[in-house]
Amino acid sequence: VTDWLNLALAAVVLALGAWVVLAREAFPAVVGFIAYGLLLTLVWVQLSGVDVALTEAAIGGGLTGVLLIGAVSRMRGTAAVARSQRPGPAMTALAAVLASFVTLVLGYCVLALPHPAPSLAQEVADNMASTGVGNPVTGVLLAFRSMDTLLEAVVLLIAVVGAWSLTPDRFWGGPPGTRQYADPNGILAYLARVLPPVGIVVGMYVFWIGADHPGGKFQGATILAAMWLLAVMAGLADLPAISRVWLRALLVLGPLVFIAIGLLGSATAGAFLDYPDGYAKRLILTIEFALMPSLTLILALLVAGIPKRPGAP
Amino acid sequence: MMPAATLFGLCAAVLIGLGLFGLLVDPRPLRKILALNLIGSGVFLMMGAIARRGADAGMGGDPVPQALLITGIVVAFSATALAVALLLSLFDATGSDSLDSPTESKDSADAGEH
Repeated sequence: VTDWLNLALAAVVLALGAWVVLAREAFPAVVGFIAYGLLLTLVWVQLSGVDVALTEAAIGGGLTGVLLIGAVSRMRGTAAVARSQRPGPAMTALAAVLASFVTLVLGYCVLALPHPAPSLAQEVADNMASTGVGNPVTGVLLAFRSMDTLLEAVVLLIAVVGAWSLTPDRFWGGPPGTRQYADPNGILAYLARVLPPVGIVVGMYVFWIGADHPGGKFQGATILAAMWLLAVMAGLADLPAISRVWLRALLVLGPLVFIAIGLLGSATAGAFLDYPDGYAKRLILTIEFALMPSLTLILALLVAGIPKRPGAP
Repeated sequence: MMPAATLFGLCAAVLIGLGLFGLLVDPRPLRKILALNLIGSGVFLMMGAIARRGADAGMGGDPVPQALLITGIVVAFSATALAVALLLSLFDATGSDSLDSPTESKDSADAGEH
């Protein structure tokens, strides 16, 4: 039964992928992409990557979807201009040949993967005790490969700085996006009142449980950011002006604490981001707690976009 | 039947091809961003299939590539957000989402001024 389920899942994922590329209008393509992201979540579960599935559902399906829906509704009615710039049939055929060739080579590589498959799972299992956490993925993210996670947090910060740097001068320092208004008795405002209390608890739970079970700060922060954005879209809350000092301080808090603990490792344990014996779990939790508000703000601000109104004088 | 890792690995190869095709032939920037995300998720899926093959020590998959995948998905999101911000800024500045060289639109803008 599982085999047929997987086969059906792969077929639907491929059909949606083709729809995303081939749909004539942008809006149906974006909707297809969101459905595609949600189905990928099931694929991740089938591949035993529950942590990845949570990330895909929260970020791949959720936040990216909101971001793209927002962009497509802002740019309605521009498709006709660009359609005339489509390449001719010869170029299209050439692109199809090239893409098929890449697919064939990659498919061959998948079939030619070595047996038995190389794996670091045993090494991770042997060394998990030294980290004090129970979820191997969290152990990799914050102990064995913590440099990647630090750089990831910095990349997110740079993306926010990059987006903000596109702000026109007259709006510099203002709150991101435009002020949202919604019918105070409408369904959006209703959901924005009912969902956040539950969503915040779920987000904190996913964050906290990540030490020992699937979950973690990225998934938890995404849920919290989504709850905040929901309240903003319903007009019940507003985003802070990007010139606010507390906002900027919280944005850099996580990466700075991460770097400080890394330097502490250089001084006490002999290597950057190495944890002194017996302190690993405490330091990992400190990093996670410092990263949580930074990630929530960064993810929400990346979706909210650049300021569209002047800041308070 | 083939194992799930092989099936979804092949699925990933097709997704990468589809995304590459869309990226090359569709001139609309938003569709290019979508196509690039399709390529990205195909690459992630292939890595996920490789992680699944590395199941060992009681784990359902190799946790090292799985952790790198989480990092990858988050970084891909931040790149998408930055690309969308650039696209919306272009749209606000020119009223169009065309990526064509600005000579044409510049000419028409000049004509409008005179």
